[in-house]
Amino acid sequence: MLRLFEVIGKRLLLGFVTLFIVSLLIFSAISLLPGDFAQAVLGQSATEDTLAAFRSGLGLDKPLIQRYFDWIVNVMRGDFGSSFSGRNSSGFDLSRPVLEIMAPKLRNTVFLALVTAAVAVPLALILGLLTALFRNSIFDRGANGLTLTTISAPEFFLAYILIIGFGGLLPTIANVKPDMGVFERLRLVALPTITLTLVIVAHMMRMTRAAIINLLASPYIEMARLSGASQAEIIFRHALPNAWAPIATVIAFNLAYLVVGVVVVEVVFTYEGIGKLMVDSVGSRDIPVVQACALIFAATYILLNLLADLIGILTNPRLLHPR
Amino acid sequence: MSEAAKTHSPLLLDMKNICIEGFADERWHPIIKGVDLQLNRGEVLGLIGESGAGKSTLGKAAMGYTQPGCRITAGEIWFDGQDLAQAKTREKRDIWGTRISYVAQSAAASFNPAHRLLEQTIRASKRQGERNDAELRRDAIELFDALNLPEPETIGQRYPHQVSGGQLQRVMTAMAMSSRPDLIIFDEPTTALDVTTQVEVLASIRNIVSQFNTAAIYITHDLAVVAQMADRIKVLRYGEEVEQADTRTMLSDPQEDYTKSLWSVRSLEKPEDASDDVLLSIDNIDAAYGTAKVLHDVSIKLPRGRTVAVVGESGSGKSTTARVITGLLPQSNGTVTFNGKKLPPKLSSRSKEQLRRIQMIYQMADTAMNPRQTVGQIIGRPLEFYLGLRGKDQERRVIELLEMIELDASFYDRLPDELSGGQKQRICIARALAAEPDMIICDEVTSALDQIVQEGILNLLQRLQNEFGIAYLFITHDIATVRAISDEIVVMWQGKVVEQGMKNEILSPPHPAYSQLLLSSVPEMDPDWLNNLLEQRETEGDGVIKAQD
Repeated sequence: MLRLFEVIGKRLLLGFVTLFIVSLLIFSAISLLPGDFAQAVLGQSATEDTLAAFRSGLGLDKPLIQRYFDWIVNVMRGDFGSSFSGRNSSGFDLSRPVLEIMAPKLRNTVFLALVTAAVAVPLALILGLLTALFRNSIFDRGANGLTLTTISAPEFFLAYILIIGFGGLLPTIANVKPDMGVFERLRLVALPTITLTLVIVAHMMRMTRAAIINLLASPYIEMARLSGASQAEIIFRHALPNAWAPIATVIAFNLAYLVVGVVVVEVVFTYEGIGKLMVDSVGSRDIPVVQACALIFAATYILLNLLADLIGILTNPRLLHPR
Repeated sequence: MSEAAKTHSPLLLDMKNICIEGFADERWHPIIKGVDLQLNRGEVLGLIGESGAGKSTLGKAAMGYTQPGCRITAGEIWFDGQDLAQAKTREKRDIWGTRISYVAQSAAASFNPAHRLLEQTIRASKRQGERNDAELRRDAIELFDALNLPEPETIGQRYPHQVSGGQLQRVMTAMAMSSRPDLIIFDEPTTALDVTTQVEVLASIRNIVSQFNTAAIYITHDLAVVAQMADRIKVLRYGEEVEQADTRTMLSDPQEDYTKSLWSVRSLEKPEDASDDVLLSIDNIDAAYGTAKVLHDVSIKLPRGRTVAVVGESGSGKSTTARVITGLLPQSNGTVTFNGKKLPPKLSSRSKEQLRRIQMIYQMADTAMNPRQTVGQIIGRPLEFYLGLRGKDQERRVIELLEMIELDASFYDRLPDELSGGQKQRICIARALAAEPDMIICDEVTSALDQIVQEGILNLLQRLQNEFGIAYLFITHDIATVRAISDEIVVMWQGKVVEQGMKNEILSPPHPAYSQLLLSSVPEMDPDWLNNLLEQRETEGDGVIKAQD
């Protein structure tokens, strides 16, 4: 048990180190963005003086390294700074804290991700098991072909096909409001959920299928068969408990994608998610928001992968019960 | 062993004209070509043959089972009044694990890593539903005890990776026995074990099989093992029966040439030849993997043009010693002296000339060659690297080398996949030879080969030594191989050298305790060998055996 905690502690520490390195990358990448925020906000007619004053007001005139440390220290305190937008040359500061801008969008994204995961993960596991069980059957080929088609088609294309096909039955604009009830929200996100499910299910299903098929060739499965185990017992009792590690990894990967990679779907269904926020903020050079989004995306990846590793450890008796 | 059962002679298993095919390269190939097999209740039948003879396939067919990609095309399998060749899978499932059990070769791979041993031991009997959970658990513990497993009360609570290979093999026997089957198929159950462990497992299996009067089919390629276990022996080759007879007749008076050739391989022996001209000397070597120290103060001398065999069971540090000599694992202490000069510990600080003079041949010829390279490329590479031979010169030399290893120029363009196991190992020998080395480290080079092929490889190595004066450091766990090739012997145990000396000196008593245990554990062709050995150990109260487990 002690060893287990040691492993988990080590992974957590590594996660933090990764996050730190990522924060450096994000910061330097954003400082490389072309264009000048002061110029973008104040317009071409602004004088050098007003531009300089604007920059010093936001701390943009400080050296890069100092700006990085100011930012990262504040982030560690939970303060992502204030948005650049809402500031102008008139001197009124209407800007809002980054967190306040992001919170509702993040909630929306997480909601859509959870709903999609709740549909897609069980579906992918069941399909994966069934295709492994009936390998090379018509069902297997059909399921593989279909999921490959949906993963190969661009997301927006799938989304528009669904809109054409189901537009009459389900809402095509997912403009959720904070005060809506859960059922109303679910109805609104039905089409985005189906689109995303179609996009991610193939990956998870094929990994489940491959992991199970791989295990079915191992000597202990033959042994189980020769001791009279039924097909269902072989799959659920003998193969699946040993297959969780690779399956968890691919699930984590796809869940992360649901948080960080769904901007196209958000745009098609005008869903106010965090992906859309980030793209908009890049357009308006709202650096604090872009940085905060990027950092949250990175943390999501790291956290989900950590969880997948953890599942891998917890389902591996070699690590759980050392000699 | 079960005279009483034989006199009643009720037939338990009757396989008639079994034909099995396997699918490979887009077509069906015959694996078993019309074999008959009868087995009485309580009788043990030994099934022997080389790899590819179809022993395992026939053994599994006795259960009405074929591996995926195989099919039974003809024949009947009558087990206690039921034809398993025609039975539905569901009907066979009722018999598998309960009336016929299977014990697999690699227990380590055949236990599910995710479940506890006790759970796996009683699973099939639980399905049978005749006894309740508590009864089965108690029975399993009694079986563990009968099979001489340590801590029978609690060993079942462990996971497969928490017990040793020999113990796992016994747990698997307990698992097979749990339902009190009429028939057990033992498929090479001790092949993956060290000789010292093998003795214990063989004794346990034999006792329990006779205790419950269970019939068994015992599959192995090791004649000496089958001689201890079986009442009757059937020899298979290329999927056909060569001959069958009761064990003593078969051993004393084999009829067929093939059987006789199997019997004769073990008699290969060479006279020892002493020499003081030291080529390689390793002195007081300590080595560790990370923090785990595996070699303790190891010193070995290898004379020029001679063969030193390093023997010991797995984990004794034989291969690690080879890694130190080649520089793959730098030692933490001690020196390696070659041709009178100290060798740098690290591979990267050795000169090309130093590298050239020490070559290596591995156990798995399969994985030691790049499957995408032709034989010409494989042997040509060291010619170019060490000797700078290119183009026509290189090709000529490769063909010379092929002739030295008793193959011909037609092999030049072949890929490793197109070669047999013995041919692959010959190519590896040619590759080592290409560098014109002073010594070759042979790491279990014959362990993965059939006995007849082994003989060919050993003769080849001996011939090359006589012709070119190459010294061999021959790592093996097989005493028959040691007799056949070595001049001197080094016995290793737990990372230490236990004994070192000329072959006859080491092989004849008195021995240190460990050498004694190792040598006495090597099965002999005498059917009474195991009985005598156990009796002898009983009277001597051999404490070493217990310490080993």
